[in-house]
Amino acid sequence: MDHTLLVELSRAQFALTALYHWLFVPLTLGLSFLLAIMESIYVRTKNPEWKKLTKFWMTLFAINFAIGLATGIILEFEFGTNWSNYSWIVGDLFGAPLAIEGIMAFFLESTFFAVMFFGWEKVSPKVHLLSTWLVAIGSNLSALWILVANGWMQHPVGMEFNLESARFEMKSFADVLFNPNAISKFLHTIGSGYVMGSLFVVGVSSWFLLKNRHRLFAKRSIIVGASFGLLASLFLLATGDESAHRIAQSQPTKLAAMEGLYDGKRRAGIVAIGQLNSLKKIGDTQDEFIWSIEIPYALSFLGFRNIDAFVPGIDDLVLGNEKLSIESAQSKLDKGKIALDALRDYKEAQHIGDIPRKEEALALFRSHEAYFGYGYLDKPEKIIPPIALTFYSFHIMVGLGSWFLALFFFVLYFSMIGKIETKKLLLYAGLFSIPLGYIAGEAGWIVAEVGRQPWAIQGMLPVGMASSHIDAVSVMITLGLFAIIFTALLIAEVKIMLKQITIGPEEA
Amino acid sequence: MFGNLSLLTLQQYWWFLVSLIGALFVFITFVQGGQTLLYSIAKDEKQRNVLVGSLGRKWELSFTALVLFGGALFAAFPLFYAVSFGGAYYVWMAILFCFIVQAVSYEYRVKPNNFLGKRTYELFLYINGSVGIILIGIALGTLFTGGNFVRNSMNFSAWTLPTYGLEAVMHPFNVAFGLTLFFLARVQAALYFINNIDEALIYANAKKQLFKDAILFIGFFVLLVVMLLVMHGFSYHGGIVVQESHKFLNNFLATPLLAVAFLAGTLLVLYAIFITLFKASRRGIWFSGFGVILVVTSFKLLEH
Ligand code: HDD
Ligand code: HEM
Ligand code: HEM
Repeated sequence: MDHTLLVELSRAQFALTALYHWLFVPLTLGLSFLLAIMESIYVRTKNPEWKKLTKFWMTLFAINFAIGLATGIILEFEFGTNWSNYSWIVGDLFGAPLAIEGIMAFFLESTFFAVMFFGWEKVSPKVHLLSTWLVAIGSNLSALWILVANGWMQHPVGMEFNLESARFEMKSFADVLFNPNAISKFLHTIGSGYVMGSLFVVGVSSWFLLKNRHRLFAKRSIIVGASFGLLASLFLLATGDESAHRIAQSQPTKLAAMEGLYDGKRRAGIVAIGQLNSLKKIGDTQDEFIWSIEIPYALSFLGFRNIDAFVPGIDDLVLGNEKLSIESAQSKLDKGKIALDALRDYKEAQHIGDIPRKEEALALFRSHEAYFGYGYLDKPEKIIPPIALTFYSFHIMVGLGSWFLALFFFVLYFSMIGKIETKKLLLYAGLFSIPLGYIAGEAGWIVAEVGRQPWAIQGMLPVGMASSHIDAVSVMITLGLFAIIFTALLIAEVKIMLKQITIGPEEA
Repeated sequence: MFGNLSLLTLQQYWWFLVSLIGALFVFITFVQGGQTLLYSIAKDEKQRNVLVGSLGRKWELSFTALVLFGGALFAAFPLFYAVSFGGAYYVWMAILFCFIVQAVSYEYRVKPNNFLGKRTYELFLYINGSVGIILIGIALGTLFTGGNFVRNSMNFSAWTLPTYGLEAVMHPFNVAFGLTLFFLARVQAALYFINNIDEALIYANAKKQLFKDAILFIGFFVLLVVMLLVMHGFSYHGGIVVQESHKFLNNFLATPLLAVAFLAGTLLVLYAIFITLFKASRRGIWFSGFGVILVVTSFKLLEH
């Protein structure tokens, strides 16, 4: 059986389904808070216009929410169906956050969602408002658990490898929960949801203004959207910076790929924009870029909060750098093989009851444990993720993030001084930024997940070892089915959404 | 975190929790049952909308209960989760497809410009309620009939049959399990409509439907219990699977409390059907709901 093909297909399937899920999640995260803000204004002012406005956005929220659920359930079960070795080996650690997220979602949906969608006439305005806030807070908390799980894969902490069972077992739940990578990831990701929700409100309102429809309604919405968006963008910038800082500490290969940095240096700059030299190979003397514009010192500062810091490049990480005592990948692979052999030896000694040999194997394993995962790799270059995809995705995200900041600023400014309706170009920019928001978010996940390759769990378990042992054809079939069904549902969602937008707030 | 609990007791708590969630899920599948009755109980478009509207406030519960069940299973029994999901690949994937289409149908069915048309979404609901539930029964059945997998010392497991779970579909016990769940869901759906909707025509039709489904449900249920009591069970001892004859019967006799709960639950479900059909009661769903939770929880604890 072609194992490589199986792994490629399983990855493709996970990527497809995750990227689809992520088309719907950000709007749920962001719009839920915007709904809560709008409804708060309604409860304060008692102006029925604000109620109508909240209800309009809530209709769109519900359309998006349904398909978010449909795509989410797949991801959860895919850990079992396609990454079953992963699931078994780390089940103790990884299952817990997933189960907690399930429990939270269950209670949320059985209570506050129902009140929010169906309870307008049944409960008092205050109770209804409370439910809307709790929906927002609850959805964000459910994102927390899933991101704790993802953060752990990026930077595994709080666990120990048990040789008896050949599994990772939880040592400290607190370490898993307060994993700094998980925290920065959580904050940055929900921030991107807020930006997406704001872009959506600003974009749809811009369209109403361009069409000269529902003007008052649109002007009210656009102010809420742009103010929230501006704050969220600043937050996103700060947390994105923190994410990169974390990566520098725990995933140097990802950082090098994000910046296309081969030859590590002190006072490293960030390439603001540039084109990678696709002929460049590890260890040769070619230029990394065909052309590029650099922001000096920025990478050293971003990564290590010190402009003099050395940022290791791909060459350093693969070939090693003795001067700076950076270990070569080959040396890690060798140590990993020793750890793997020691593990096998341990098992065998246990089987035949040879206690001294078992003790010896255990000691040898523990002293090489940190390199364990490297033992599964066959070539040193394998430690490097796909560079071009990571690099361009990262730069698209950052570029768009800066653009959104400017957009929200100008939209808010012109709305405040009452001139927004005359700024046609800005309104068009607002409208066309809706798809850009999605692109930025998807790009972000590509950086995070592609940049993590070849690891399912950084440094511990490569993706090839994580997958289920099924045949590639089965995965090919389900991958095709997912592509067809999700695309059909996406088309349905977009059509329904556009229809509801053209119907507008009155009839909604 | 659970410093003082031994792994074994912890596992037992998890198993109880998983059983309870599973039971809750089986109870809430009245939503799925209702989805298969849209054209049997409702005689026109208007009535159908009433039925969908009534289910529409509950559907997320069954959906999230499944999600919760999956998560809890993962946390509690990573080995089962990994082996069953990765092994019976086609069964689980088919279940997932049946639930993807449910999630959008309620929201999109009557929205203008919905691309696939109202009938398609109703078909989705039907598929979810029938194929989805029967397959879940089959998948859960493998908990009792065992799966065909091997596991090596480095913990890599592999399904030994190239059919990846399709063989489970052929196992009579699993099929009986699936059909029992299916008719139970329809029985409960009729009870739910009778309780939830105040309309003479729907009431009359639901009652007629209840009668038919109740007979089928009771038939399959009896068959299932008989099969369970005579069949062999599997237990895991230090990673090795051993066969135990009459495991369930023995477990039954060894834990009278479970046996009592099981019987009491069964009686409650029968009582619910009885008072609805013959006493014009509209509160049957409460008795059957409680009964189902008792039966399923004790049933799954028996497996342990
Ligand atoms: C609207 C979307 C959006 C925008 C404008 C930005 N990001 Fe982002 N970014 C995300 C949406 C996102 C995300 C989808 O939320 C990701 C994917 C994984 C994650 O943790 O968050 C992400 C990941 C991500 C990562 C990788 C995290 C990891 O591998 O764990 C880094 C380093 C940054 N971002 C940094 C930035 C910086 C410096 C930005 C400058 C403004 C920025 N992002 C804007
Ligand atoms: C808790 C959250 C998540 C976890 C635990 C997770 C885990 C995984 C796993 C197991 C794989 C397959 C193996 C691999 O290629 O490494 C993967 C791949 C991938 N995921 Fe995630 N993922 C999460 C969220 C997401 C989301 C929300 C997105 C996108 C929106 C995403 C995007 C991707 C992509 C693009 C890949 C393919 C990368 C590649 O194989 O080269 N992930 N992720
Ligand atoms: C591998 C990764 C992921 C898995 C397994 C997963 C799983 C799920 C599931 C099962 C649902 C449906 C829950 C329900 O029925 O209520 C869902 C919905 C949702 N997911 Fe994901 N998800 C993943 C990635 C993400 C990420 C990265 C985020 C956010 C940052 C996210 C945020 C949400 C939100 C906000 C919802 C809807 C609200 C809710 O039910 O609480 N998901 N996800």
